[in-house]
Amino acid sequence: MATEIAFPDAAAKNAAAAAESQSESMSLSMGPSHPSTHGVLRVQLEIDGEIVTKADPVLGYLHRGDEKIAENMTYNQFVPYTDRLDYLAPLANNVAYALAVEKLVGLQIPPRCAAIRVLVSEMARISSHLMGLGAYGIDVGAWTVFLYSFEEREKLYKLFEELTGARFTTSYTRIGGVARDVPPGWLEKVGAFCDQFSPILEEVLALLARNRIFLDRTEGVGVISATDAIAYGLTGPNLRGSGVALDLRKDRPYLGYEHYDFEVPVGTKGDSYDRFAVRGEEMRQSVRIIKQVLAGFPSGDWFVRDARRIFAPPKDKVLTSMEELINNFMIVTEGPQMPAGEAYFEAENPKGILGFYVVSKGGGVPWRMKIRSPSFCNLSILPKVCVGEYIADVVSILGSLDFVMGECDR
Amino acid sequence: MLATADVVSALQPKFPSVAPRTSADHAAINVSAAEALPLLRSLRDEMRFDFLCDVTAIDWSAEVSPRFTVVWHLFSTAMSDYLRVASDCTDDAQPAMASAVELWPAANWHERECFDMFGIQFPGHPDLRRILMWDGYPYHPLRKEFPLAGLPTDLPDAEIAAEIPTKVISAPMAGGPFVASSGEMNLTDSEPRAKDESWNERREKPNT
Repeated sequence: MATEIAFPDAAAKNAAAAAESQSESMSLSMGPSHPSTHGVLRVQLEIDGEIVTKADPVLGYLHRGDEKIAENMTYNQFVPYTDRLDYLAPLANNVAYALAVEKLVGLQIPPRCAAIRVLVSEMARISSHLMGLGAYGIDVGAWTVFLYSFEEREKLYKLFEELTGARFTTSYTRIGGVARDVPPGWLEKVGAFCDQFSPILEEVLALLARNRIFLDRTEGVGVISATDAIAYGLTGPNLRGSGVALDLRKDRPYLGYEHYDFEVPVGTKGDSYDRFAVRGEEMRQSVRIIKQVLAGFPSGDWFVRDARRIFAPPKDKVLTSMEELINNFMIVTEGPQMPAGEAYFEAENPKGILGFYVVSKGGGVPWRMKIRSPSFCNLSILPKVCVGEYIADVVSILGSLDFVMGECDR
Repeated sequence: MLATADVVSALQPKFPSVAPRTSADHAAINVSAAEALPLLRSLRDEMRFDFLCDVTAIDWSAEVSPRFTVVWHLFSTAMSDYLRVASDCTDDAQPAMASAVELWPAANWHERECFDMFGIQFPGHPDLRRILMWDGYPYHPLRKEFPLAGLPTDLPDAEIAAEIPTKVISAPMAGGPFVASSGEMNLTDSEPRAKDESWNERREKPNT
């Protein structure tokens, strides 16, 4: 899996730079309110002239204690909190969370529900990558991309709003299904979006890929070797940019991803440019997946029928049958009932692999809920990758890692 | 898919403490704290589990012993399969577990988080500091005795704390969280309503 290209040794590069200039080292605090840190990351840098000699990320500015909160509420009550993990792709988080809990109870969701979830996950991926590329463009001095990508993202948000009732905080999944079926005519609108999106995507990517300034700021910057990427637990486009073709949608297919035809793009050099290029290609692949989902959109239930004490029964039954009314009441108040046990599920989210480790002692409230967030793991390589780079390139590296502090700090 | 029984039989000659662990999904094993690090090394080098997904811990509450369990989730990029390794900390008051940073640099931040949230020490860790809470924070929030609302503490920065007379205060829960308690009790008790109605947004919580 490793590529054959030799990676420049950051330590050697740093030593050479240090020998060159015998200046004093000084420390620089970057963030927590720095535009390039995309939220509230602070990086404590030690610099020698323009060269970074040490980088120490300081996290926790956005820590809300999501894992503690999860231990104190029912499984469905936690869905809105998953919106706020990677808040650029809330739908993908909702889906990953629901799948993790369903794995614990061994629930099989019907094909229509799986198709809806694939559809929204891939739309979330496009929306997240559009934001990632747009913001990255601004970071390294290419403003125009942001304006184009934001317009497309806005169209996606209109579709999200029509589906879920909210643009941003979608809270769309439930344990055993989704909150509501797709509205009439919505699938056609998604298809129309894809048709008009493809040419604009090419334009957006060309704006960056053929931009001399962008190339100068990203090529050969922040090189991460395949070995390092695996050792540090990098996932998603950051791992694939380093040439490792690990994509759980291919390697451990869930939601029926094995039935869709798509490719997993990988980089060759592992630099910032490769990570950008992988994201660009992933959007094309997501469009391909969406078109395939739309072409064979299954009919039938969009929730698990007869999942007693897990998914609330349909309204007409609640209003006509005493049994179902009680069932509905118990699900809402005591939460979906889970067996004792533990399950770990990882989904391939836009930022990387999002994992939920659910430990249950039975009942409606988890005993422990660990969130393995991709941004947290992706950022852990920062102390290694920044050393020996210019200060200005730290901005480029941060943008290329495309992290979200909401899920990093949880 | 990898079966727990196969993993256990493959590892038991070398690591006698390995035992199967009940799991709703992939293969899972328990191991003693003393053998955890050699076992992880062997899994990485000989059984091709090259990717460390996650290191976390579970607090089984103060009444239970062993109280803390450290859990590693490993992934093999060659086999595309997961393995869960769990190990109980031997000491409940001063929990500790060998650090896996020498095997995977990825363990660095995960172990710092476990230390921060549970107070588990990782001997062998190069730089075991808090990561999400600030340095000098006196509690370990994911321990079961730590209340959801938090506990009042001093502000992180001593200079600012000297200027401002306020503290970091508990969250106003207004009697929440609003979760019904399941079980045999009557409906009035199990309803998801504020349990402690002596205080809310308008009336301050009485100092106890």
